Amino acid sequence: MNDTPNPVVLSVRDLSVSYHAQRGRVQAVNRVSFDLHAGETLALIGESGCGKTTLNLALIRQLPKTARAAGDGIIYTYRDGRQANLLTFNEREMRRYLWAECSMVFQGALNSLNPVIRISDMVYDTAYAHGIGRADARERAMRLLEQVRLDPERVMRSYPHELSGGMRQRVLLALSLLLRPQIVIMDEPTTAVDILTQRSILDVLKQLRAELNFSVIFISHDLAVAAEIADTVATMYAGEIVEIGPVNDVFYRSRHAYTLSLLNAAPRLSMGAEQLESIPGKPPDLIEPPSGCKFHERCAFVTDVCRHTLPPLIAYEDGTHLAACHETARVLAAAHATRTVGAQ
Amino acid sequence: MTPIIELRGVHRSFVKDRQPIPVLQDINLSIEPNEIICLVGESGCGKTTTGKIIAGLLEPSSGELLFEGRPVASYSRAEQTKIRRQHQLVHQDPFASLNPAHTIGDILGFPLKRHQMVEGSAGLRRRIWELLTMVDLTPPGDIVNKFPHQLSGGQRQRVSIARALTVQPRLIVADEAVSMVDVSIRISLLKMLHELRARLGLTMVFITHDLALAKYFAWEGRIAVMYLGRIVEIGRTQDIIAAPAHPYTRALLAAVPEADPERTRHKQMLTLRSDDIPKLTDIPPGCAFHPRCPYHVPGLCDAAIPALAAVPGFAQQTACLPLQQGMTLVATDASGDTHAR
Repeated sequence: MNDTPNPVVLSVRDLSVSYHAQRGRVQAVNRVSFDLHAGETLALIGESGCGKTTLNLALIRQLPKTARAAGDGIIYTYRDGRQANLLTFNEREMRRYLWAECSMVFQGALNSLNPVIRISDMVYDTAYAHGIGRADARERAMRLLEQVRLDPERVMRSYPHELSGGMRQRVLLALSLLLRPQIVIMDEPTTAVDILTQRSILDVLKQLRAELNFSVIFISHDLAVAAEIADTVATMYAGEIVEIGPVNDVFYRSRHAYTLSLLNAAPRLSMGAEQLESIPGKPPDLIEPPSGCKFHERCAFVTDVCRHTLPPLIAYEDGTHLAACHETARVLAAAHATRTVGAQ
Repeated sequence: MTPIIELRGVHRSFVKDRQPIPVLQDINLSIEPNEIICLVGESGCGKTTTGKIIAGLLEPSSGELLFEGRPVASYSRAEQTKIRRQHQLVHQDPFASLNPAHTIGDILGFPLKRHQMVEGSAGLRRRIWELLTMVDLTPPGDIVNKFPHQLSGGQRQRVSIARALTVQPRLIVADEAVSMVDVSIRISLLKMLHELRARLGLTMVFITHDLALAKYFAWEGRIAVMYLGRIVEIGRTQDIIAAPAHPYTRALLAAVPEADPERTRHKQMLTLRSDDIPKLTDIPPGCAFHPRCPYHVPGLCDAAIPALAAVPGFAQQTACLPLQQGMTLVATDASGDTHAR
């Protein structure tokens, strides 16, 4: 990214989401705050159950009825500079916001496409709902399909089942950009696809981003994909963002024990024989979370203070790298020892 | 050493809509006792079918299967059954592969009783305890009376492995056995498999689409890369990862992102001529990869099917005619420029 940061398009402040369950309240997302800048790709990484998908659903206000979202706001800045708080939107305002300002690409490409209508009809329906004519929509869609390296004529005529998994994922990517949104949220878009298909989706995404300059919130458990496409990486644990910062800071100068443990559990192809370690234990109970730092039961750096005191999110480096860890100095030293830039 | 199992010219096809689909073609694979071999490739390459043939769950359509150097047919019925039992499969999905209505004790107990592996209820109990301890599900007393839904994905996969061990196998086929568990606990499962292999002298056939995982697990073993029903490259993991020879292997290795921002962003990519995988019902003539291969040589690659053979400059075996003939691979890209590699 440049030295002068781009304007903020989405500002999330103190967002919490809880689900109602028989045993009590499940705190799935806990006081999450972050800023998404224009043209930035933010990767949210974490294991299953860390709250990343709930956070995603909260950002598009599509949470199930049993969930309750609260917080200071999800402030969106329109292209003309107007600002609005998504938490106060009614259904009509939300419908207008989705696709036109912020669109989504979900994991299961087959489930996201209506199986009984052609791709072209999906294009026209979506465009019509936002007041765009058929001819204009067709022209935009043809251009986008070409940009995702598909044969536009053929794809427009096709039903979803006539396309391969990789093609469908690229169709979704193209459709998500139909109304030129400022933000695209992607939930595990390259999970469950083959290696070469994943490669072509990543390449297409990078190229589209360069040409159209939209922001991306990328949700994934795959550290390697995040390393490749993210400008900013946020690690989530037990519903909280425990570390967030520029991609190189988070990967090479990790300041949270959980981030470092995750990195030390992921094999790298080019690294020869590796000493890897799993994270012991299991993800915490979100109804009765552990005291202090929620990671302390599984943490190799744990001290007494971690067991009792919740670590605050503190800014490091030039203020862009934040981490909530009491033992950040020791974590950083360990990160230095094992993860230097392009180490052999 | 005599291979524990050997596949010679194995073909396998399935019939769909009265049309035969050749899923495996001319597979030659010999597996040594106590080795680790990884079958890697994309979906539809035949790695699971190969695993099932090794585990005795599928018969080859043609070709020969040898146990301990002797053809299967030369063994008696009873001996064949015994051999089958020595080869066990661990499935991918620990949510689907364990009966939800049975306790963990039952799940492990059934095969032990069925195959008369233990004597009396005290022996049964002791063996179940032993198996659970072997897969680090301790204390076993907390686990035996639980149902699968009360365990996490990682714990369930440990139960699957313990179940495979009930019949004291010599070979285990692990088909994507860690793909469904979280990244943070995969390594502990793989380490456990390594330990079991060393302790029990097991042979491991590990099937995965994840090359980084294959590299980690089979670092001391071998990798076989499969494409459209054939093995296109096979050799020591360290040789293949350091210097892949077959253009398909090169493309795969180049395409994998790495959890290292600087490295992954500066990786040298290999652009294929086409992103589309041909259908198994319509496999291209000659080398099946030639329509996508940036290095293909017209008149050579589309004319004859390459067999696995040594190629100059590489330690592994590769099914690529230009390499076997000592040619330098030359890529033709869209602009018509050529680059020597």
